[in-house]
Amino acid sequence: MSVLVDINHRLGDFAIDARFESAGRLTALFGPSGSGKTTLIDMIAGLIRPDKGRIEVDNRVLVDTGAGIFVPRHKRRIGMVFQDARLFPHMSVMSNLRYGRWFTPAAERYADMDAVVDLLGIGPLMNRRPAKLSGGEKQRVAIGRALLASPRLLLMDEPLASLDEARKAEILPYIERLRDETKIPIVYVSHSVAEVARLASDVVMLAQGKVTASGPTEAVMQRLDLLPAEERGEGGAVLDTKMLRHDEAFGMSVLGSAAGEIRVPRLAAKPGAPVRLRIRARDVMIATERPAGLSALNILPGTIIAIGPGEGPTVEVGIDCNGATVLARITEQSRQALKLRLGGKVFAVVKTVSFDRANTGAGLPLEADG
Amino acid sequence: MNWLLDLTPDEWNAVRLSIKVATVAMLASLPPGIAIALLLARGKFWGKTLLNGIVHLPLILPPVVTGYLLLLTFGKRGPAGAFLAEHFGIVFSFRWTGAALACGVMGFPLMVRAIRLSIEAVDRKMEAAAGTLGANPLWVFATITLPLILPGLIAGAILAFAKAMGEFGATITFVSNIPGETQTLPSAIYTFTQVPGGDEGALRLTLISIIISMAALVASEVLARRVGRRMDIE
Repeated sequence: MSVLVDINHRLGDFAIDARFESAGRLTALFGPSGSGKTTLIDMIAGLIRPDKGRIEVDNRVLVDTGAGIFVPRHKRRIGMVFQDARLFPHMSVMSNLRYGRWFTPAAERYADMDAVVDLLGIGPLMNRRPAKLSGGEKQRVAIGRALLASPRLLLMDEPLASLDEARKAEILPYIERLRDETKIPIVYVSHSVAEVARLASDVVMLAQGKVTASGPTEAVMQRLDLLPAEERGEGGAVLDTKMLRHDEAFGMSVLGSAAGEIRVPRLAAKPGAPVRLRIRARDVMIATERPAGLSALNILPGTIIAIGPGEGPTVEVGIDCNGATVLARITEQSRQALKLRLGGKVFAVVKTVSFDRANTGAGLPLEADG
Repeated sequence: MNWLLDLTPDEWNAVRLSIKVATVAMLASLPPGIAIALLLARGKFWGKTLLNGIVHLPLILPPVVTGYLLLLTFGKRGPAGAFLAEHFGIVFSFRWTGAALACGVMGFPLMVRAIRLSIEAVDRKMEAAAGTLGANPLWVFATITLPLILPGLIAGAILAFAKAMGEFGATITFVSNIPGETQTLPSAIYTFTQVPGGDEGALRLTLISIIISMAALVASEVLARRVGRRMDIE
């Protein structure tokens, strides 16, 4: 399963010139608003016809302007979840869910109504009208509607952007289940570092209509310099860790990573479960000797592998901790005082309390009852 | 009540004929009405302003002029009239069908306006969403656009019906005033006012005319409310 996009397009005085290829479970198109991510996803869905270029999904050519190929949207079998849900107001939830199924050739229907309803927890909503649903419920029904058309690929266009924090927290676990429990590849548009770090297996970073970086999430998210300005503060290393044990006495959990054990506030995930952790660069301190008499619990030894300019008076330092890269944002003054240089042996220090819900993926209600 | 319903055969004919003519005019103009409204709401083509003008002509021309133009085109010797009579056996001149044609033409701009407004209010993003779910443009129209414009369709149809019930000038010019064939309620009322002692008949038919128009209006309100409740658009 792969997605290939290589297009040139002009919208007024905004030009998009993007090429990427991804075979990931969940590929995030990530960038600030106005970077062209929604335009790209609309092109994959067939809602916009690119001026020039080629789009392939699973080796099926959907667009090839050179050869005059443009498969209309209703023949692509690509599901789309819109930011504004777009449920049909004149139909019940049930009819909305069944809509796409109707148009799918019987031989290609793989989505099972009961399984999808169960996966999204929308059983009790079936007979309601869209106007009577909350924002979060609408979005879950919209995901179900797209899934039940048995798509080859699922596109999600900032499905959480119009929801408040509580509703986001309600939907995120369902998207994780979608990623982990179904076989449908997902392309997910977002401008939020927190969402991308938590959900994506692969990231395509966009700025002003161009691809600035693409690849596995852990690698791409290290490019703090590429993050949109308003998301800089959220940027940091993404580590795939494993839940080792809970420390009930202190209300903490201990995660195992290549860099060593990391203590975070108590999560709901069971021991052995994978947990994706984002360590914000601004939360990481650097010490040249193992600190003593310090309240911070996580002290990770490592080697400096990168030093780059940050915003304003800051520099960004990459530290290789036994194969896992941790990013730190410190001031230029500190860098000079500590005489930090490439290859230097240092310790990355992270307070346990700097981890919150937004950067420890697991631990939300869904896992608590599963 | 007895006085009101104690109609002469000619008066009954006028009532029945009016309802028949208005109903046929309304139903027959719905398909072209929807098509033209779609074209005007969404089409991008040369001559759109001209088409819009032609559709609205019956609204601004004196009805007698419209009736006379119909007589010239759809009359026995008119180009369209002769063609239709020869190939399809459809004759308009001095027939109730001609009355229906005149009423339909006069109500057409009102119908198109109402439908066009409701089409312009449809969120095209809904149609795009239906497309990504596999519905081709025809299905999108049938399952999304049409249900969403239903209130506008009802409003347009009732307007056309009411206009047809009251249409006089174009009808009498095009198909004259023949009792039992082309004498609709307004023509009958007009005839009563032209003869001595016709006041009573004119008043009776006037009251009946008011009752039918009110009933149509109430029916459309009830229908529109029911559709609106079912839809409950945010």
